[in-house]
Amino acid sequence: MTTHDNLVAMANQIARNFEVLGDAAAAAATANHLRLFWAPQLRAAITAGDAGLTPVASAAIRVLHADGL
Amino acid sequence: MTYAPQPDFGTPASGAADLVTLQIDGRSLTVPAGTSVMRAAAEQGTAIPRLCATDSLAAFGSCRLCLVEIDGVRGTPASCTTPVAAGMVVRTQTDRLAKLRRGVMELYISDHPLDCLTCAANGDCELQDQAGAVGLRDVRYGAGGNHLGQAKDVSNPYFDFDPSKCIACSRCVRACDEVQGTLALTIAGRGFESKVSAGLASEDFFGSECVSCGACVQACPTATLVEKSVVAIGTPDRSVITTCAYCGVGCSFRAEMRGEQLVRMVPWKDGKANRGHSCVKGRFAWGYANHAERITTPMIRARIDQPWQPVSWETAFAHAASELRRIEADYGRGAIGGITSSRCTNEENFLVQKLIRAGFGNNNVDTCARVCHSPTGYGLKTTFGTSAGTQDFDSVAHSDVILIIGANPTDGHPVFASRMKRRLRQGAKLIVIDPRRIDMVRSPHIIAEHHLPLRPGTNVAVLTAMAHVIVTDGLADEAFVRERCDWDEYQDWAAFVARPANSPEHLAPVTMVDAGELRAAARLFATGGNGAIYYGLGVTEHSQGSSTVMAIANLAMATGNIGRPGVGVNPLRGQNNVQGACDMGSFPHELAGYRHVSDAAARALFEAEWGVAIDPEPGLRIPNMLDAAVDGRFKALYCQGEDILQSDPNTSHVAAGLAAMECVIVHDLFLNETANYAHIFLPGSTFLEKNGTFTNAERRIQPVRKVMAPLTGLEDWQVTQGLANALGLGWHYGHPSEIMDEVARLTPSFAGVSFDRLDAAGSLQWPVTAAAPEGTPVMHVDGFVRGRGKFVVTDYVPTDEKTGPRFPLLLTTGRILSHYNVGAQTRRTANVAWHKEDVLEIHPADADDRGLKTGDWVRLASRSGATTLRAQVTDRVAPGVVYTTFHHPATQANVVTTEYSDWATNCPEYKVTAVQVAPSNGPSEWQEDYAAQARTSRRIAVPAAE
Repeated sequence: MTTHDNLVAMANQIARNFEVLGDAAAAAATANHLRLFWAPQLRAAITAGDAGLTPVASAAIRVLHADGL
Repeated sequence: MTYAPQPDFGTPASGAADLVTLQIDGRSLTVPAGTSVMRAAAEQGTAIPRLCATDSLAAFGSCRLCLVEIDGVRGTPASCTTPVAAGMVVRTQTDRLAKLRRGVMELYISDHPLDCLTCAANGDCELQDQAGAVGLRDVRYGAGGNHLGQAKDVSNPYFDFDPSKCIACSRCVRACDEVQGTLALTIAGRGFESKVSAGLASEDFFGSECVSCGACVQACPTATLVEKSVVAIGTPDRSVITTCAYCGVGCSFRAEMRGEQLVRMVPWKDGKANRGHSCVKGRFAWGYANHAERITTPMIRARIDQPWQPVSWETAFAHAASELRRIEADYGRGAIGGITSSRCTNEENFLVQKLIRAGFGNNNVDTCARVCHSPTGYGLKTTFGTSAGTQDFDSVAHSDVILIIGANPTDGHPVFASRMKRRLRQGAKLIVIDPRRIDMVRSPHIIAEHHLPLRPGTNVAVLTAMAHVIVTDGLADEAFVRERCDWDEYQDWAAFVARPANSPEHLAPVTMVDAGELRAAARLFATGGNGAIYYGLGVTEHSQGSSTVMAIANLAMATGNIGRPGVGVNPLRGQNNVQGACDMGSFPHELAGYRHVSDAAARALFEAEWGVAIDPEPGLRIPNMLDAAVDGRFKALYCQGEDILQSDPNTSHVAAGLAAMECVIVHDLFLNETANYAHIFLPGSTFLEKNGTFTNAERRIQPVRKVMAPLTGLEDWQVTQGLANALGLGWHYGHPSEIMDEVARLTPSFAGVSFDRLDAAGSLQWPVTAAAPEGTPVMHVDGFVRGRGKFVVTDYVPTDEKTGPRFPLLLTTGRILSHYNVGAQTRRTANVAWHKEDVLEIHPADADDRGLKTGDWVRLASRSGATTLRAQVTDRVAPGVVYTTFHHPATQANVVTTEYSDWATNCPEYKVTAVQVAPSNGPSEWQEDYAAQARTSRRIAVPAAE
């Protein structure tokens, strides 16, 4: 598994664990989690359109990019 | 401190609040009701002669030496079994008592070898002391029946048993029963034939159920049970109080010395974590400190296929600094990072993270808690507001229901397990949630009320099902929740767990747990009185490790089991200083005291103290560092006290990451497996060779004290300081106490901590603040640190690691009593006598399917890799589950584990790996390649003759 694939898988995993909150809240929580715990170069390494991202994870990445990561 | 035996008051202290006044030998004194006459006398300084009594054991009354006279009482009662009474008048020394005692002692000595001058216990023998105390001058009994000349049992690696010297006082038997709780020893035979026997299963101690905790040796009043080290060296002449460097219990010991030589480690009776008890590792397995494989000289090399070149400290520091600055210039400051260790002191951890943050301006520092208890930090901070357990160890004595999930205390935390077993023998109820039938499920005088043998990876589902029962049965403590927690969040959580999809019956096909048993367990926990939860790596090392920690916290809050003795959420930390390493800012997102690096106010404190800017963004975690190394963006690592090649998951990926770096600095006692990929080796000092502090699983900060000079010439904090100064950081610490003073200035929960205060108090549990100057044994007493307790909905998300036709079994890993983590220390002690190699536990049905029997070599393979080890067929594991340990590099169980990890923290999913097991006739390709690489890498160049 490449580093990028691994990051996508981890972002999906985080999003999946927040999905019980509902999609919008889960995306916000995922974005917040990435901001708190991922180094900026990791956050920058994935974009919302990357293949394999779940909808909630993708939405979270969009939130991050909208906020300037 | 000049050597003196530890004070012994003869019988345990009474916990009674009522006081009683009496008179002993004409002096009036007041003691708690229930105190024995013997103890009361000892407390006023009167030593009544005794042999069968010691204050770690209940009074026994067999030796007849401690007789006293009491006004109004017929005869001469034993002072150990006679409680004080108001107005009692006691005489401890009269002509009649003296005559009786001499008669008793004469009988003892008539059947005891008179070889005092050549006895290992000469000068440290209670029988010898008491013979003197009673004035024995003659033994009138000559030839006749006796027990002299019996063969010694020298089978145990650490102590001898000489039955010729036994006085049948039963202290060893009672210590095994009352203190250790193993009940391995007994008095076999009757009358003259009575003798201490190590159980029925074996003729000797080594083959018996004895776990070598040392309690019997400590209790023995003669040289019947004596440490081999005392036989070899002699009795100690001084002692130093220090803290064990093994598990998270953090036992206090007296390092008993003769000159610079360690004679023995004896558990310190005043140690608040262990209360005078020990296990085989802390008590005996310290020989690694002087092992021939210790490296004591710094070494460098340009490439990992070259032999090591021994160099001076100055050369090593200068070379390391040069390489790090070169890499910083070539690849940027983000290409460098560090790893701190739970085996190192608080002060050492603090310096390593400071070196990375202040020296390179990034937060690329991580710690071995990444692979063990990082989910505890996340989960408990989220729910309670503090990344730590809630109780002290004494709390268990007040528990009514003990729930153990994902922990194996008798192997991983044996001294605390003994305290837990004592409470269980007193009647507390036990619930065990574990895929294996661990020893706590059924052991002498203990049987778990409920054992829920869940399928690995389903902790969250099981805990949610328990919560379902508690909520739907109306057993939640809503008054507690309304007062202490966020009520709206509770209602959301309660509605979630109450869904039919979360019922035990609905989840049973997933968890494989009998729904009726689970319901009964949940009801017991909610209604059985004080409920305490203890957990270990079987909780954290999962893809939902953090969720499980939060599910545990939910359960404790919902049942009102927080904020008083006897209850709480208690992570059993794997290593001695996991808590401390985390406290010291070892995580890439947090400064000391768990303050996020984005917290400007916190950063400002450090920036003012250190005179540098702190990066406000999180740094790289260990797996991130390794990924970045493979990708060519991470080039240098300072790794102190950790062996990530053996301990971290997916070994081949770790090896690839290390091999891709240009400067790997390993700071350790031995050329460990990670050092095979290192360019600079900085030799470390053992816990016996340095000063500092460890913080155990109950947040107890304890002193580590130097008892001998470091073999390398430097303590580890001095090594990090040397490297920092070669980098130009200008540090001027003269003693670790100055480092702790800096921690205290920067960390609110440590504000009241100093070496002076620790020396005065013995230990302190953080937070130590103006509001809690003596520390905090139980947290969240009046309210949660975060304000209101937070219920978090923990949805069960199955792991991505799936069994299938290629890998149909689930592997889970753990450790055993005699070894410690990667075994770097314990493999270099006589503990290998109990465990020479890792073995694979496999259920008889799965073994039959594969034609396997115990002792067969098997190939254990996953999608990550394969290794070979021997099989052990046992029904301790469930069908479909296999288990092994990770103590031996020849096996390297982590070749098999995968990159899957906890969603919140990246703690590896060690406990769930899909594997296949098949007969094998030799080592795997990885094992062969690795052995060859290790041989090449460990070569040390011989210095040329001058």
